[in-house]
Amino acid sequence: MTQNETKISANGVQVFYGDTHAIKDVDVQIEDKTVTAFIGPSGCGKSTFLRCLNRMNDTIDICRVEGKITIDGDDIYDKRVDPVQLRAKVGMVFQKPNPFPKSIYDNIAYGPRIHGLAKNKAELDEIVEKSLRRGAIWDEVKDRLDAPGTGLSGGQQQRLCIARAVATEPEVLLMDEPCSALDPIATAQVEELIDELRSNYSVVIVTHSMQQAARVSQKTAFFHLGNLVEFGETGKIFTNPEDPRTESYITGRIG
Amino acid sequence: MPVLWLVLIVLAIAAVGFVLGRGRALKSADGDSRHLHSLPSYYGSNAAMKVLVPALGLLVLWLLAQPLYIDNRVSATIPESAIAEGSTIGLVMADVRRVAEGLDTAVAEGAMTMAETVAIDFTAVRDQLAEVGVALGANVSAETLAAAQDYRSYTSTGGLLMTIAVLLVALVGCGWAVRESNKEFRARNVVERGVLVLLIAAASIAILTTVGIVLSLVFQTYEFFTLYSALDFFTLLEWAPSFSGRGGASSLGLLPLLWGTLYISVVALLVAVPIGLFAAIYLSEYASPAVRSFAKPMLEVLAGIPTIVYGLFALLTIGPILLNVFGDDTVGWMQGQRAVMTAGIAMGIMLIPFVSSLSDDIINAVPQAMRDGSYGLGATKSETIKQVVLPAALPGIVGAILLATSRAIGETMIVVLGAGAAARLSLNPFEAMTTVTAKIVSQLTGDSDFASPEALVAFALGMTLFIMTLGLNVFALYIVRKYREQYE
Repeated sequence: MTQNETKISANGVQVFYGDTHAIKDVDVQIEDKTVTAFIGPSGCGKSTFLRCLNRMNDTIDICRVEGKITIDGDDIYDKRVDPVQLRAKVGMVFQKPNPFPKSIYDNIAYGPRIHGLAKNKAELDEIVEKSLRRGAIWDEVKDRLDAPGTGLSGGQQQRLCIARAVATEPEVLLMDEPCSALDPIATAQVEELIDELRSNYSVVIVTHSMQQAARVSQKTAFFHLGNLVEFGETGKIFTNPEDPRTESYITGRIG
Repeated sequence: MPVLWLVLIVLAIAAVGFVLGRGRALKSADGDSRHLHSLPSYYGSNAAMKVLVPALGLLVLWLLAQPLYIDNRVSATIPESAIAEGSTIGLVMADVRRVAEGLDTAVAEGAMTMAETVAIDFTAVRDQLAEVGVALGANVSAETLAAAQDYRSYTSTGGLLMTIAVLLVALVGCGWAVRESNKEFRARNVVERGVLVLLIAAASIAILTTVGIVLSLVFQTYEFFTLYSALDFFTLLEWAPSFSGRGGASSLGLLPLLWGTLYISVVALLVAVPIGLFAAIYLSEYASPAVRSFAKPMLEVLAGIPTIVYGLFALLTIGPILLNVFGDDTVGWMQGQRAVMTAGIAMGIMLIPFVSSLSDDIINAVPQAMRDGSYGLGATKSETIKQVVLPAALPGIVGAILLATSRAIGETMIVVLGAGAAARLSLNPFEAMTTVTAKIVSQLTGDSDFASPEALVAFALGMTLFIMTLGLNVFALYIVRKYREQYE
């Protein structure tokens, strides 16, 4: 596998929820045009760490982040960085599909509209179509763009949310267990989509399913009790892990 | 026997039934409650239930039916000739009841013996009753006295029969329940059904009362429309009731009152909806828990202030301030403290907690995932609220606003004090106007003759209000349902 350039670099990241030390001194380099999977037992801090990457933790009052995280060399926790702008650059897809109570079209157009990405209606139409195509859902919804997004099936809703995240032209896509609320068929569609997205974006995915991590990712990070235990090529992590805790987890003895 | 005593005796029988039923059930299981189908107290409750429900039910029915039945019997005995010119059978019956009650009072106070009341002469009745404090308007005629004596004897016989019947039913119920109490009997299931019936009865009473209120309105309204033209009522642009004595026909046009009601409600909503909604957004989205735990109860205190106090506030504070700003000293739009604006602003303040409290709950119910999705796309807090949270909460917010509207339309005290009494069709919000509710109050306060259109019009006005708020509520339900289908 070719080595891509580093997109996100985290050094000595600590996260506290009030008095709880949720993430302990994590260093990780996430590459461009790569799918990186975060695995680990529940409560190990993988979602918390993911939410540090687009400063979603800022919306939680008691959460405090220390350490340095850079995207393309720029410190995202620098005072001059506007977290709202950052989140447009680092898109996020959530565990449960959360389409807005709007039409399919308006769901996709939401981001471009608030960021002023389209000069006119024709451009907006173009962005919506392109995003829905990238989200691999265009053919299913092109005839009913005015229908409410909440009326789609779970798998379609999640692909709509991915298309919505893609519409703001992010550079990084964060996915927090995007398939945990989906059935196997919808999961397969989303996984296929993730693989396609890799050609344009750096994708970081949190997953509980080790099979999923093995299927979709090139790099895997194993978190345990707030520590980053092991990080490396997915193939190596699953076949020849260095840390005994990693081996215990992937063979099903812990977690 | 007084009803209170009767009820106490029935309760005592129920208590005895409880103990007997429980004891008999336990005995049938040789004192070991594990061999019973149900817990021992269920057998007791079953017995108590079978005493109370039929006995008290019969008592209530009897108390409702007896006066109707006796009235019918007695009024049938009054000859046509005994009804004076200009009087009605209803008025004569009122006299009869008064005489009968007066005689009973005299006996109760010891001024007369039972035998004396039966033998009393009709010429002496008025003076005799005046001595015990029962004043009669005129001398009692022979027919009235005879009818009153009939009334008394029917009432006392009825009371005796009722006591016997109720006690009999209670005892039979008690005996039946105690007999069936043995270890095989499924007392638990029977009590469960009893609870169900109790709950259904409670719900039915609520609904039936509403129906009763509507029916009473409907009949009086119908009465009104037989005396006064419905076309005039709905189309006349003038409200000028002329009370009997002053002579002349009244103009009872609904439109000036309706206009006042709607105008004041609109002003109130213009005050309450933005302030209430923004307060709700601040409280649910921006306020820290400490601020919220302090500010929300404070806002809700507003809801607990009696509306008469708001009326005083309107009259003594809002009115003078408005008069200073818009009165003759400046632009000259306002002539007195009472005006649409005065009442509307006070009412708006009253409605703020309705709108804010309900909206706050509804906004809080919007899932956090919606907000996260919007923040994750790089939206700011206010963009998220405007474009995601409020649309998702819209059905509930519309419901809250319509509820506030219903309150505004039905509000009375603030309007009576703050808006004035002149029915007027005017666009100037600084002029005094009046509303449907305020006019209902003024038509029915003081001595009113319920046969005149001037008094009966109050019911037609009430009916109009009722239909308006009903329409609003139906519309609210429709809106809520429509958006629900779309969003969930």
